[in-house]
Amino acid sequence: MAGDPYKTLGVPRDATDKQIRAAYLKLAKTSHPDLHPGDATAEERFKAVSAANDLLGDPERRARFDRGEIDADGHERPPPGPPPGQRYYRDHAEGPGGAQYSAGFGTDADDLGDILSGLFGARGRAGMRREGEDRRHALAVPFLDAVRGATQRLVLPEGGSLDVHIPPGLESGQVLRLRGKGGPGDPPGDALIEVEVAPHPLFRRDGRDIHLDLPISLAEAVLGGRVTVPTVSGPVTMTVPAGSDSGARLRLRGKGVPASGNQPAGDAYATLRVVLGPADAGLATFLRDRTDAPVWDPRAGLGDSV
Amino acid sequence: MITIETLVVTISGLDRAEVEHWIAQDWVRPTGSAGAWLFRDIDVARLRLIRELRYELQLQEDALPVVLGLLDQLYDARRRLRRLRNAVNRNAPPEIREAVLQALTAEE
Repeated sequence: MAGDPYKTLGVPRDATDKQIRAAYLKLAKTSHPDLHPGDATAEERFKAVSAANDLLGDPERRARFDRGEIDADGHERPPPGPPPGQRYYRDHAEGPGGAQYSAGFGTDADDLGDILSGLFGARGRAGMRREGEDRRHALAVPFLDAVRGATQRLVLPEGGSLDVHIPPGLESGQVLRLRGKGGPGDPPGDALIEVEVAPHPLFRRDGRDIHLDLPISLAEAVLGGRVTVPTVSGPVTMTVPAGSDSGARLRLRGKGVPASGNQPAGDAYATLRVVLGPADAGLATFLRDRTDAPVWDPRAGLGDSV
Repeated sequence: MITIETLVVTISGLDRAEVEHWIAQDWVRPTGSAGAWLFRDIDVARLRLIRELRYELQLQEDALPVVLGLLDQLYDARRRLRRLRNAVNRNAPPEIREAVLQALTAEE
């Protein structure tokens, strides 16, 4: 059974709600396990403080406790912290995966920092292993290579070259790590390659979707028809419905960035753009002479928002 | 790994828009990309920590990066110490281990 919640929070039995709240916040901040990773008793203290606050922080439950209707264990809310079977953040952060949230000083997430790196350097012991340093490179990747994946050769400033395998769906700013391709040493360092994806004259990318503008003739817009559309995986045929206007967007499912790993393929979106093309005397005559044209104003409503 | 949809039902009181805001602030770093985030166990535990800091311990939003930055440095230091301890335990002869122990327990 839990101890007296008033003693746990260090408040008198006639403490105000505000005093209880303040005492809880102060104790919680000094006992949260993730804020005190080296303190083995923190978790137990944090749970006791939270349980006491659950009881006394709620005026109704506090009154019931004071009347003896519920005991100090009588909390209905789930206890604080992760559910059974899951671990606190501190248990992850100190494991091998913790480096992903490294504060990131130095070149490598897990390097020695300023204090420990002086540990053996001063002595220069013979036969001491020296790790190779990481080297950073920039690589411009053509748009389609980044979308579809490719292998690109990177010529190194110090001579030689690296074959960089580009995974499908690569985005600008991503960093590729080539193990052992950095500075010499034991073990050799890594090559870190920051990629910059070049823009494409036709395609634009939004996540895993590809957008493009698709010019169509007036006849195709009015009557509909089958048109050929370029996509990142080659041309495909698509049906333009009759009466399609400029700006209408047609989707080509699965024709965006190809599926890779556990990421599904994106879609392609063609935004239609009606193009009049060369002068058409017959069409001009028809438009001028016809008498049954519907009356409408494409600019109706434009003035309302000015 | 779990998706953001699974995440917001797993951790009660977690708001999807807020999680996305925290990701944009670089306080949480799931894999995947916007719209298709995937959260590892460590990301879930970190989100739980951030939520507790923000709402249980009532830290203001602008204090969070300070606290998280210090915590990340603390855990970096602890991981390094752990590696140092393991290396000393594995490789150092007994008299060196004894000397290190003496140095750590003696007053400066």
